[in-house]
Amino acid sequence: MSDGLRKFLAPTVFIIGIIALWEWAVWYNDLPDFRMASPSDLIPRFVQFWDLFLIKSWETLWRTVVGLGLAVVVGTLIGMIMGFSRFAREGLYPILVGFNAIPKATVVPIVALIFVGQHDFNTVLIAFMISFFPIAVSVSIGLSTLEPEYRDILRSLGASNFTIFWKIALPKTLPEFFGALKVAVTLAFIGTNLMEIVSPHGRGLGDLFDSGRISGDYPLMFAVLLALAALGILLFYVVVALERIFAGWAERPQ
Amino acid sequence: MIELREVSHAYTTKAGPLPVLDNLSLQIPENSFCAVVGPSGCGKSTLTRLVSGLMRPDEGQVWLHSELVSSPRPTVGMAFQNPVLLEWRTILQNVLLPLEIVRSPMSKAEATQRAHHLLDLVGLTGFADKRPSELSGGMRQRASLCRSIIHKPDVLILDEPFGALDAFTREDLWCTMHDLRAEEPFTCLLITHDLRESVFLSDQVIVLSGRPAHAQYVLEVDIPGKRTLEDLYTPKAVEMLAELRRQIQLAQGRTAPEPAANPAPAAAPVRGPIPGAMG
Ligand SMILES: Nc1ncnc2c1ncn2[C@@H]1O[C@H](COP(=O)(O)OP(=O)(O)O)[C@@H](O)[C@H]1O
Ligand SMILES: [Mg+2]
Repeated sequence: MSDGLRKFLAPTVFIIGIIALWEWAVWYNDLPDFRMASPSDLIPRFVQFWDLFLIKSWETLWRTVVGLGLAVVVGTLIGMIMGFSRFAREGLYPILVGFNAIPKATVVPIVALIFVGQHDFNTVLIAFMISFFPIAVSVSIGLSTLEPEYRDILRSLGASNFTIFWKIALPKTLPEFFGALKVAVTLAFIGTNLMEIVSPHGRGLGDLFDSGRISGDYPLMFAVLLALAALGILLFYVVVALERIFAGWAERPQ
Repeated sequence: MIELREVSHAYTTKAGPLPVLDNLSLQIPENSFCAVVGPSGCGKSTLTRLVSGLMRPDEGQVWLHSELVSSPRPTVGMAFQNPVLLEWRTILQNVLLPLEIVRSPMSKAEATQRAHHLLDLVGLTGFADKRPSELSGGMRQRASLCRSIIHKPDVLILDEPFGALDAFTREDLWCTMHDLRAEEPFTCLLITHDLRESVFLSDQVIVLSGRPAHAQYVLEVDIPGKRTLEDLYTPKAVEMLAELRRQIQLAQGRTAPEPAANPAPAAAPVRGPIPGAMG
């Protein structure tokens, strides 16, 4: 079997297997729709609400991506500060850990109160807050563990700190950065949905989920979960593709 | 010409100042090759950082061509035990890296041609477009050597460049070093812990004492003509190696067994002049 075919076939086989198992489990246990919908119940919902699914997915998607973009910029900046200055690292680390430990569900109502009515902004903010931590940590570790010889090679020729960062530190940190980005992308996605569901404002897949809940449409709720999973997979693999392009050199030849 | 005049240096550590170099003086004549050996942790790498201008000594001076060294200078090339090639660049791009930092009269085409020539010289023909991860340790070190001299430095500083290589690769690279030197002149400071390497490659071997280090002993290596590995087994070379080994043991604080013919005093014996070394 060719490599490309296997990469496509393997997940397909597993997805079909799991859906079949799900269908069978619901049927075998004779579960009513309001306890567990089966895959075959979801198809009518997708068909019925396909335009809603597209619109809401887009709302969730763009706000996640903007939040993640913000997390990349701010996270990289914080990581750089912590990576280059030991003083900043020791000072900021406990604060970051504490900030990261606050459950974001508790932050949602506060943010909604501070920036009342700014739904898009609030959602982006939560997506950002939940996802910048791994990026900041990975960049700071990548920079602070740079072997001194790398620096000396350029410094002995009279290179500036910026040149050293641009030519060596930054590219060398890319594999760690993308490792963190894979975690962050999922987190940002969770952040967006958190805002959409905990502070309902009529936007995103979270809103569709909520309307399913209110009207007791359980298959719709399950359908939203599937759509969320699909979106999450899409985002994740976009990051993987970017990683291939920008940090493909870090993959060892087999 | 590299000259150190009564250089002392200490690091600040949690436990207080750690004196590493103590009144160290040495001279490396223009275009000659000097090896420095000494117990591990005695300050050899510190010495390279002072000569390259990465650090300034607490006391004393470092002179390059009768200019006081106070900061890094682009006429210096460096290579370390860890070849630190940039994994995201090809070998050719790695070799050309210094030319992105220093100004050079070479055009891009000339530089590329020179890089290929150096790669040929060290036996890396055909590897210019490979990634470092595709090369063995010895090949990476060869590429690192090319990088260290691509910008035609007049001073080359090598800090245990062959230390992590197997014996055969190492001997191979020794011969490569001779080839490079025959090709173009440079003054070389080599740090090593391999006594045979120091004798085979250099015109002068300096033994550093234990930390804080001063020049304990200087050996002039007079093996004329093109050297081959066989030269290491002549009675003269064997005697040089034995003396170096004695000096190292002395530097490590062990008492060397007294040689019957040439009784060495307990204090630092000196063969050949060390200007300023005696204070
Ligand atoms: N930046 C530093 N700060 C504090 N101590 C250092 C530093 N660099 C080296 N040392 C210490 O100075 C001594 C000499 O180091 P080094 O010059 O690297 O020795 P060598 O290369 O001969 O093994 C060692 O004991 C080492 O631990
Ligand atoms: Mg060392």
